Amino acid sequence: MRALVVDDSRAMRKIIAGALRKLGYETVEAADGAEALKVLESGPLPDLATVDWNMPVMDGLTFVTQVRANRDYRALTLMMVTTEAEHGQIVRALAAGAHEYLIKPFTVESLEEKLSLLGLLPEGAQA
Amino acid sequence: MALTTTAFDWVCTLVRKESAIVLEAGKEYLVESRLVPLARAAGASDVSAYVDGIRLRPDRRAQTAIVEALTTNETSWFRDGAPFTAFSTSVIPALKQARATTRSLRIWSAASSTGQEPYSLAISLQDSLIAEGWRAEIIGTDLSNEVLEKAKAGRYSQLEMNRGLPAPLLVRHFTRVGTQWQVNDDIKKMVRFQQLNLTNSYAALGQFDVVFLRNVLIYFDLETKRDILSRVRKVLKPGGYMFLGGAETTLGVDENWDRELIGRVSVHRPKNGGQA
Repeated sequence: MRALVVDDSRAMRKIIAGALRKLGYETVEAADGAEALKVLESGPLPDLATVDWNMPVMDGLTFVTQVRANRDYRALTLMMVTTEAEHGQIVRALAAGAHEYLIKPFTVESLEEKLSLLGLLPEGAQA
Repeated sequence: MALTTTAFDWVCTLVRKESAIVLEAGKEYLVESRLVPLARAAGASDVSAYVDGIRLRPDRRAQTAIVEALTTNETSWFRDGAPFTAFSTSVIPALKQARATTRSLRIWSAASSTGQEPYSLAISLQDSLIAEGWRAEIIGTDLSNEVLEKAKAGRYSQLEMNRGLPAPLLVRHFTRVGTQWQVNDDIKKMVRFQQLNLTNSYAALGQFDVVFLRNVLIYFDLETKRDILSRVRKVLKPGGYMFLGGAETTLGVDENWDRELIGRVSVHRPKNGGQA
């Protein structure tokens, strides 16, 4: 399985991508929504994208909206991974087309449980 | 029995030294609830007595077990997923037929800890039963009063909310209060909590259609398990269901249960329909 990790923090990308690789994912990274769209245009479609909210150039909500507007990307599962924790923001992200929402800071167990909810926990990995 | 300050402080120092996790004052309920299984397994009368025993006669293996109990395996919403799927997709539809005249269900969450299990059950029943005018009462019991106070409050940290709760259910059934999340009243009023030691009488609880007795039998000896299972049979209504934890079984303990496989989950039903 492949995951695209979208976050403007290099340290956070390393944490998320590292956790996903331990579970058996191949990972690619992007520092903002625009760069993430380029990754989608140029390569095979990942199974999962983890998406930060606040990023320069293109924020996560805009990225989610643009991905959902493109039928070629409908098999891509989107999970917001962000410090934004207001009720209304979670509603907005889900309405825009995000499938799940994980709030920072998070534990590896909670990431695994979210993947399990999405049916994206690789065989052999334990939630 | 509440945790003594000496025992709590000693555990906090141990956990901070071994894991860098800081347990602040007010986390007594967490320490007590996580260590109750270890105390039971060691035959101690309560958590304070268990901790004092290790504090006065240091035991490396026991110290590691305490640190692990406090740093891993936090209670999740819809814990392990599959039992709740079996509950929603098979058990509830079957009970809707069996109880069509009374249109009422009672469910016991027998080791309810900080409330995630009974509230998950209440959330599961919202669309399938409550919206159709059925009544449902969920009783959550636990040994620890501190854990029960937290469960009754129905207020959870962000870290707790991240554990296994689907985002659409979070926004539907919880309200943000400061940095925490409060379970909404329609879910909260379906659940009643009370203190209960599983080795004591269940007579005051009444009868149930479903019992969740998950991840608690493993901490009792064989005789106590047998006693608990035989008395759970007596509080199950005819045609009722019992869920155990993934590592737990009635086999070799109490043979008066039939097992049914729903997906990969075993549910247990009293043989011959059970007794009223």
